[in-house]
Amino acid sequence: MHQILILSGKGGTGKTTVASTFIALSKAKAYADCDVDAPNLHLVMGSFENKKESDYYGLPKAVIDYALCIACNQCFEVCRFDAVVPGPTYHINPVACEGCTFCQYVCPANAIHMEPAKAGELKLFTREDEIFSTATLIMGSGNTGKLVTEVKQQLKNNVQENEIAILDGSPGIGCPVIASLSGVDLALIVSEPSVSAFSDLKRIISSARHLQVPVAVVVNKYDMQERLAEQIAEYCFKEGIPFLGKIPYDEAVVKALNLGKNLAWINSPASDAIKQLYDKTLQVFKELIRS
Amino acid sequence: MIIAVPVEEKNLGSAICISFGRAPYYCLYDTETQQSRFIVNSAADSPGGAGIQAAQNLVDENISTLITFRLGENAAKVLDASEISMHKALNASIADNITALLEGKLNPLDAIHAGFHHGH
Amino acid sequence: MQASIMGTERTIAVLSGKGGTGKTLVSVNLASAASSAAYMDCDVEEPNGQLFFRPAVIDEKVIAVGRPAVDQKLCNGCHICSNACAFNALAVLKDQLLIFEELCHSCGLCIHLCPQRALTEVQKPLGVVRKGSSGTVSFFSAEMHIGESSGVPLIKALMKQKPAGLVVIDCPPGSGCMVTESIAKADFCLLVSEPTIFGAHNLAMVHELANLVGKPCGVLLNKTQEGSNPSEDYARTHNLPIIGSLPYDKDLARMTTEGLIASRESNCYRQVFADLLKEVMDASDPDSKR
Repeated sequence: MHQILILSGKGGTGKTTVASTFIALSKAKAYADCDVDAPNLHLVMGSFENKKESDYYGLPKAVIDYALCIACNQCFEVCRFDAVVPGPTYHINPVACEGCTFCQYVCPANAIHMEPAKAGELKLFTREDEIFSTATLIMGSGNTGKLVTEVKQQLKNNVQENEIAILDGSPGIGCPVIASLSGVDLALIVSEPSVSAFSDLKRIISSARHLQVPVAVVVNKYDMQERLAEQIAEYCFKEGIPFLGKIPYDEAVVKALNLGKNLAWINSPASDAIKQLYDKTLQVFKELIRS
Repeated sequence: MIIAVPVEEKNLGSAICISFGRAPYYCLYDTETQQSRFIVNSAADSPGGAGIQAAQNLVDENISTLITFRLGENAAKVLDASEISMHKALNASIADNITALLEGKLNPLDAIHAGFHHGH
Repeated sequence: MQASIMGTERTIAVLSGKGGTGKTLVSVNLASAASSAAYMDCDVEEPNGQLFFRPAVIDEKVIAVGRPAVDQKLCNGCHICSNACAFNALAVLKDQLLIFEELCHSCGLCIHLCPQRALTEVQKPLGVVRKGSSGTVSFFSAEMHIGESSGVPLIKALMKQKPAGLVVIDCPPGSGCMVTESIAKADFCLLVSEPTIFGAHNLAMVHELANLVGKPCGVLLNKTQEGSNPSEDYARTHNLPIIGSLPYDKDLARMTTEGLIASRESNCYRQVFADLLKEVMDASDPDSKR
């Protein structure tokens, strides 16, 4: 499976908008949403005939058996996460419990055991020959990196070897981003002309380089601050990173998305720019997988 | 000398698993007896630190060489501290990789990737 | 022109399910529009509040967490610690024990279990908490060291500094454990949302979170423009009070991209945010009938 990943560093720059347009333009058979903290791609991909869901488990969490608890307070004393709630019988706050098992070790009454805790759901959507892999996390759960890995694995298990997959990434530079970058042929970074987006762009470029993933850059809403957009382009030039273009701020984008229309099917300044961007991205991508 | 290889299936003709820490099995090949066996990777499902646990298990099996495509930095630390030599796998079967290693045709592993290790 | 909040004790948490909706823009301008206020930046991974306030730092404190340290001479390689560690943060080799601090959750179990007493707890820096000032605003932020994985202890340390009076908390994005920690002491949650279906979807997530922890909340519709606003539709159908709206405005966007605080740059924006602050104060007033 060949993979193009759309990333941003800073949130809200237009990753999902670009990804959904690319999917429509390329008639991609395989795509995934790696932003498991706040998945959005499904909102613009229409309905699917088949949905397969499976539970995703994080670290097991402690559970106290009320019948056995002697309220000795030892679990409360050792827990560093404020997860033990004292009372006539004690119980565990599952949101706070990190699964370290310390309480289980100290309980003299054998009243504590660890139970698998559902942390989210993996989802596989299909429509004719299209496959869409995504997931949701349960509020307050961790282990996002592993869930991203499973989203990608699920896609890979269900598509042909030579298929081109388009992946919508997650914001930030942390653990889920590193998981989404793994094994990618090209990461397209959607930036925007602001001080914070520029600083996040530099950090994500170094993360991608560390993982030996080739990157290319586009600036969205460039006309909000043309001087900074130019600085980003210059930075890319100096770093030898392909700078693939600029997308203007365009009210038509929000309007189209809210009507559930893919930008590939409308004509507006921003959608025209994304179409050109798509051709350039494909060119870079083809050179990469040929070499 | 024991050589370890992360694998998808318990079969010498099969391919090497792309992932080190999350491979379902490891193939252990003993050059003295020329015998191979397969062990289950008990770390494969760990939410975090799978590479460390997997490397620990291989150190406990007394391996001296690892053939892999990729390796997380934490697993590399464990293996490096145990003086295990690490080699870059070829896109070929397990058996071909072991043969290539014994003929001195495998390059040392150069790229260590930052793992997705956080259990958060 | 500045909203007087003399004598009012109020903590307002500003949050949003996705990045880029304008959390920091709203937080810094609300704090600046008050006659006096504190601003607390809880986005410990990407603290951007300082880019706007450029505060004079008064105090900086290193925050540490307990981590195991090993005396290799005492370790006999028994594997008890590495087998017990739920986070795989320890590896036992032939002649040494390796500790992977970025995986360690500081639970203390390995230290408790070690039969050789080879492990002891040492304090390791996780990040810094800063206190500073910028005009009428007292500034608080926490920054996590790169490579660390959980900022929760930093947010807890930051919250211990919480001053009296009006406090505006700039939360991390998302709805994870760090957000839960950031809003724990808030009286009111101001949810900032964009006019897109993405914005509405993520608004629903943080709304659910605020309800889950039992905090009163309201939405600020940001970047509104002509046409439908799915976030507004969501608020209306889910009884979520609408505190106000900020239309998309090129000048405001430009100032923000440059790290400028609009309510300090122009009287017009100062009035906009003073009015907004008044709405927030009314909505979050525990005695109000609203």
